[in-house]
Amino acid sequence: MADTNPIKQFEVHELVPFEPFGLNLAFTNSSLFMVLTTVLTVILFTLAMSSRALVPNRSQSVAEIIYGFVADMLRSTAGPDALRFFPFVFTLFIFILVANMLGMFPYFPGPGLHSFTITSHLIVTVALAMLVWLTVIIYGVFKNGPKFLKLFVPSGVPAYILPFVSLIEVISFISRPISHSVRLFANMLAGHILLKVFAGFIVMLGAGLGAGGYLIGILPFAMTLGLTALEFLVAFLQAYVFAILTCIYLSDALHPGH
Amino acid sequence: MEEMGKYIGAGLACLGMLGAAVGVGNIFGSFLQGAMRNPSAAQQQFGNLIFGFAVTEALGIFSLLVALILLFVV
Repeated sequence: MADTNPIKQFEVHELVPFEPFGLNLAFTNSSLFMVLTTVLTVILFTLAMSSRALVPNRSQSVAEIIYGFVADMLRSTAGPDALRFFPFVFTLFIFILVANMLGMFPYFPGPGLHSFTITSHLIVTVALAMLVWLTVIIYGVFKNGPKFLKLFVPSGVPAYILPFVSLIEVISFISRPISHSVRLFANMLAGHILLKVFAGFIVMLGAGLGAGGYLIGILPFAMTLGLTALEFLVAFLQAYVFAILTCIYLSDALHPGH
Repeated sequence: MEEMGKYIGAGLACLGMLGAAVGVGNIFGSFLQGAMRNPSAAQQQFGNLIFGFAVTEALGIFSLLVALILLFVV
């Protein structure tokens, strides 16, 4: 009997157990998809840029468009001296984009196995968001010294309200990694749960009502189809939003207290 | 008793999406209004539109997350 539990798709299975010194460092399906994301990105970009033509062919053009898109985003949000962070932002954007897209396959290597969205686990998105947040703090303090605290003192605020505004700014700064990570995590989680719930309706209709059930099942099927299209859009959008928020936070490290 | 509390809590948490829905509609409505007044400058602001939409929708999804946590984690 088919299991239509919408939560089981997020289970992490150990594929290759590995326990050095009592730590559980098994190679899981999550690790597999992370490796797959990296390998796929490296192969695609290396192949695309292998011709190094001045007038790009089709695949080189795609790679250059993606490069230009991220570079423009970084330059327009954080200024031209932010381009030192371009490898960081580009890696984040492409990793999250490819990881989200890899999670959209319904049957990954074949029937019976399903793909795994690595960003649907909070620990993964928190790791990425903490990378950004710690980079902002460490680079901001390293580059600006104590002037980094000008971030929490917005200009043009009357003196009697300043302590409260500063407190609110500090709280809002501390909540950045939380909102940054939970946005990506919750979008991926909710999207995949929705897909599984509507797909489960088809199975439940068929199991309950037989052939007629599958006929009525055209309705949840159409809904699943629409939701899949929406999920592709959300996958790209969430990668874009993660990257552009990274650029905005990095601009705070480079020029605190605009 | 605890099960009942979980389900009631999950239902209440979904009410938070009311605010997010109003916010998302606001963003797109403002964009359309601005685009009607100044159509040539509308395309430049498309990036800001998508960013504003995603950040606002995130809040609605945070409330959905609370509901899911109540249902499946607690």
